[in-house]
Amino acid sequence: MDFSLSKEQQLLQEMYRKFAENEVKPLAQEIDEEERFPRETVDKLAKYGFLGIPYPKEYEGQGGDYLAYIMAVEELAKVCATTATRVAAHATLGVFPIFEFGTEEQKKRFLPDLLSGRKLGGFALTEPGAGSDSSMQQTKAVRDGDNYILNGTKCFITNAGEADTYVVSTMTDKSKGNHGISTFVVEKDTPGFSVGKHEKKMGIRGSATADLIFENAVVPAANMLGKEGQGFKIMMKTLDAGRISIGAVATGIAEGAYDVCVKYVKERKQFGKNIAAFQNTKFELADIRTRIDAAKLILYKAASEKQAGRPYGLYAAQCKYLCATTASDATRRCLQLFGGYGYMREYEIERMMRDAKITEIYEGTSEVQKIVIANHLNIK
Amino acid sequence: MKIVVCVKQVPDTTEVKLDPKTNTLIRDGVPSIINPDDKAGIEAALQLKEKLNDGSTVTIVSMGPPQADVALREALAMGADEAYLLSDRQFGGSDTYATSTIIAAGLKKIGYDLVITGRQAIDGDTAQVGPQIAEHLAIPQVSYAEEIISLDKDKIVVKRQFEDRYHILELPIPCLITSLSELAEPRYMSVGGIYDAYGVKEVKVLGFEDLKEMFDPARIGLKGSPTNVVKSFTKQAKGAGTKYDDVSADEAVKIIVDKLEERHII
Repeated sequence: MDFSLSKEQQLLQEMYRKFAENEVKPLAQEIDEEERFPRETVDKLAKYGFLGIPYPKEYEGQGGDYLAYIMAVEELAKVCATTATRVAAHATLGVFPIFEFGTEEQKKRFLPDLLSGRKLGGFALTEPGAGSDSSMQQTKAVRDGDNYILNGTKCFITNAGEADTYVVSTMTDKSKGNHGISTFVVEKDTPGFSVGKHEKKMGIRGSATADLIFENAVVPAANMLGKEGQGFKIMMKTLDAGRISIGAVATGIAEGAYDVCVKYVKERKQFGKNIAAFQNTKFELADIRTRIDAAKLILYKAASEKQAGRPYGLYAAQCKYLCATTASDATRRCLQLFGGYGYMREYEIERMMRDAKITEIYEGTSEVQKIVIANHLNIK
Repeated sequence: MKIVVCVKQVPDTTEVKLDPKTNTLIRDGVPSIINPDDKAGIEAALQLKEKLNDGSTVTIVSMGPPQADVALREALAMGADEAYLLSDRQFGGSDTYATSTIIAAGLKKIGYDLVITGRQAIDGDTAQVGPQIAEHLAIPQVSYAEEIISLDKDKIVVKRQFEDRYHILELPIPCLITSLSELAEPRYMSVGGIYDAYGVKEVKVLGFEDLKEMFDPARIGLKGSPTNVVKSFTKQAKGAGTKYDDVSADEAVKIIVDKLEERHII
């Protein structure tokens, strides 16, 4: 078993780090404070290829592997979870279902703009009454000639209002339950489609989150992914892949918190010495780093299994669960080592702790992950 | 136009720490980077290529050990078209004279129209190799280039930084310029560029056998190097100096002589 990175991955990691440090980190506090979605960063991410890493060059992707993509999300999350979330919501949720389940015509129509970053993608599954129980879809799609007419509301949608295309799940035949769900690519200028007011969140505050509202929205039948009734499968497969990228967001946040904390404890003096010299500090950071590294191993394992084309659902759920739990735990404990300064908003550790919490909730709560894991383990 | 950029892989001196006991540099574990002035040269070359948009190419050349491969891959990942590593055990121990002899030989072999080198490397700090390459090739040169004002197929106009002024100079192609880091802000590698750098592009290695017709073998490597390092030291930062305005020649002479006497130099 060889855990070393390839030469490409090493060079990518170096590039990601420089980009994150110089282009993303300087804005992280500001966009959190102002709850502002930084469009300028999206353009830079696009220019350097961050928005299409694990997709083939024939669709204007970067031709990279899944671990290379995961490492990018991780490096961005170290300095700014908002930016990492935006990339993950686009590159996995907004793109993967089109790439994996789209026809050749659909791929050619949508992917080049999305993978090159000329356009941004989003994904809409959650509804006010369909959270963890995502099969309870109330948004309806009714066939009307060459179109489907969509009615309903999606909520908590990442990149809402900023994305150009959304992968949206709808109920086309309620009598069939899960098998009555169908998925569409909805373009932002679709008649009858609008974006609701932006949510005020605890963390990832630079990330746009809002309702998507469909009022007799007219979506071409040619925009349906797969066949009628395949939507639930498409969404679940997409979430499998998405879990790995959220694991990367979480791991990055934890590593970022660890890094700023180590720097702080070596500078902060109390009782005549650096607080790094106290056993409590050493034990805390030793424990935190160990947990981060363990979580990261499952994360990289999940990404590698996906890349190899082997079943990865179990690892994806395990990594989402462990990385998210670790991020919340690590940021909280790192903040504690900062003492009073950590509670002040001018120190980024406070933002990191708020940002970490979402990783235990979005794209499947930790509790949902445990259900998925138990199912994989055949514990019934 | 064939634009060739000569680069050197150097230790990242911002990451170098001093051993407090021996007062020497700790080089172990220090990451290697493309010399900053050279990297500005790569960026300038890429911008020229993009501006010309006429099929011009950017070629990167480096002399160094096999590990310098990664510096060339980085340049390829930024968008350079091809890269050559001049590497051979017989090149080891070369001083600036021998190094410039080898690089000039490489350039003769590879071909060039415009050659760009960095002004100087952050490890050796000599600023000699670029100008020496131009002398070996017998082409005109401008060092300390801060801006490339224009370029067409038979001439280039360059703004050169001088101690107290700028020079705007026109040179015929082929020629060599040495770039300051102000010449251009280097772009990042792109993700696709990194895959290309290890995929469709390659780093070609030229050794002694490939270049022996192009130089006098007695003038390369340790044996061919006229320089002996007697001592190396860390530069001390100098003060800004004192400026006297509106003084006559006689007064100026007196001020200088007084200063020299004050410091027991005369």
